[in-house]
Amino acid sequence: MKPVFMKYTKADIVNFVVLLVIGFLVIPNVITTDYWYTSILIPWLCLTLAALGQNIVMGYTGQLSLGAAGFMCAGAYACYNMMLRIQDMPFLGALVLSGLIAAGLGIIFGLPSLRIRGIYLMVATLASQFFIVWVIDKFGWFKNYDVSGSTTFQKININGVAFTSGHMMYLLVAAIVVVITLLAINMARGSTGRNWMAVRDMDIAAESMGVSLLKTKLQAFAINAFLCGIAGALYTYTYLKTVEPFAAFNISLSFKIMFMAIIGGLGTISGAFIGAAFILLFPVVLNAIGNNVFHGMIDATIISAIEQVVFGGLIITLMIFEPLGFAKLWETLKQKVIRKKS
Amino acid sequence: MTDSILFFFEVLVGGLLSGTMYSLVALGFVLIYKASSTFNFAQGAMVFFAVLSFCGFMEYGMPFGVAFFAVVLLMILVGLLTERLVLRPLMNQSEDTVLMATIGLGFVLEGLAQAKWGVEVRKLSLGIGDFPIPWIADNLKLFISALDLTAGLVAFVMILLLTLLFKYTKIGLGLRAVADDPGAASSIGIPLKHIMLLVWSAAGVVALVAGMMWGARAGVQFALIELALKALPVLIIGGFSSIPGAIIGGLLVGAVEKVLEVYIGPYFKGGIEAWAPYMLSILFLLYRPEGLFGEKIIRRV
Repeated sequence: MKPVFMKYTKADIVNFVVLLVIGFLVIPNVITTDYWYTSILIPWLCLTLAALGQNIVMGYTGQLSLGAAGFMCAGAYACYNMMLRIQDMPFLGALVLSGLIAAGLGIIFGLPSLRIRGIYLMVATLASQFFIVWVIDKFGWFKNYDVSGSTTFQKININGVAFTSGHMMYLLVAAIVVVITLLAINMARGSTGRNWMAVRDMDIAAESMGVSLLKTKLQAFAINAFLCGIAGALYTYTYLKTVEPFAAFNISLSFKIMFMAIIGGLGTISGAFIGAAFILLFPVVLNAIGNNVFHGMIDATIISAIEQVVFGGLIITLMIFEPLGFAKLWETLKQKVIRKKS
Repeated sequence: MTDSILFFFEVLVGGLLSGTMYSLVALGFVLIYKASSTFNFAQGAMVFFAVLSFCGFMEYGMPFGVAFFAVVLLMILVGLLTERLVLRPLMNQSEDTVLMATIGLGFVLEGLAQAKWGVEVRKLSLGIGDFPIPWIADNLKLFISALDLTAGLVAFVMILLLTLLFKYTKIGLGLRAVADDPGAASSIGIPLKHIMLLVWSAAGVVALVAGMMWGARAGVQFALIELALKALPVLIIGGFSSIPGAIIGGLLVGAVEKVLEVYIGPYFKGGIEAWAPYMLSILFLLYRPEGLFGEKIIRRV
């Protein structure tokens, strides 16, 4: 197909417009219950951002990293403190700045990636997870010396418009996600993305072709942390609202985000959306089945255990049969349908 | 000796001995890595799975020895299934792919264990108290926990056995050959499947022993998994392919985290133990990426 605009084909643009219409016109008009916004759509979009970051560093650049929750925590508290301490700080400005602060941390903790890879790198990034959350938890300044140990985040207010209802917050988060996803798609398609993938596929060869490993890897880590930082801030401001760092940003959140990237599809943008939706919705569905079909006869602990088995089993299965995850499965399915039509 | 020096030694010895518990977990990793160049992220989950099943079998009224034997059989079964369902289909895949699959395996094991046995914290009594040994306390004025000392001894015996196995037996030779080049090894008639099964079973037994030591100290609970994660920095410090490395790494991590926690921790309201091993491993990675005893990694285009 002929590219129409910036090398995007007509189909790409149509898909994009359809998604925009669904996201900003259909959903806000069709869904009226607050539950859907506050418990499903908002956390889904927030975690999608984090999964996108994870996918860039893991799927596109091939650097195993397991510290997303640490960067999310950093972003959340950076935003909190800027809103708290700087007078008339606009929320969106604070959001971008907290993303940048997280990106700085991402570069620092990404430094070991220049020398190591695989599980070594994973352990090094685990340090960021434990260290960042520890610093924020133990130094009272970050939490504004709240004696309860938890932090209640401010209400969002942009130019006098209060974003407090689930509906409004959804629109805000969705708009941010759209902007960031567009940026990510463009980066992944451009020379930046090609460099990432060259490093992933064989870093020594990439280096000898003139791709700077230093720049490419650190860039990926910075963007990962930037996205995680923004995701963390949005996640706390629109979803959690009251946060205890150790409880909210623990290692299992990092694992979850990693699973979103893997299950959704490494090295795909749509994979982040699909993976986040699956990881978030599967427990909801499982609980609903437990409550409605078995009428609470199955213990909640067993349900969460089943969840773990399914996630783990799914990862093994995907690694064996389709390392590109659900996104690729979806593509294949689409191709088959199109072929049948014609 | 003055009291402060004595106290320092006490902290140090306590750290060293509890470090051997990390070593026990790390040992399982090394075993599998040496034989198959696979990073088995699920080792921590195997520890949890093994010891939780052990507690569960005991609750069914099995005597200690029978329960132990039953878990060993169970771990062999886990090894068998893992080899068949996870590792064999992933043969010749990249290291990272296999690593991610073992992360998945870890979640499966954690989930299965909790689905079967529940999530409540269990007490595990090995008949060894977690209190200072009176004789040492009286004569050397050092307070050393009997459990720590036992864990140290157990770790020592296991290392001895495993080192002998690897160095001086035909199986060990086969293991090393497989690790070096699976294709070449199987072409000269080394039964790859059996070797893998053997290694995973051995790692399962090591996991059970490690889990029993940890369980006796901290209770058998989900938090064991996070403790077991600390075996990763231990491996980085010691080197992934070295059994003595796992031990020295464990000792080092145990000692450093304890000393930091006791002497610097109070200034920061504690919790240094949570990240100190990882930071230490980063330092090692910057100066000695292959670890203390690891083989130097040479990569070719």
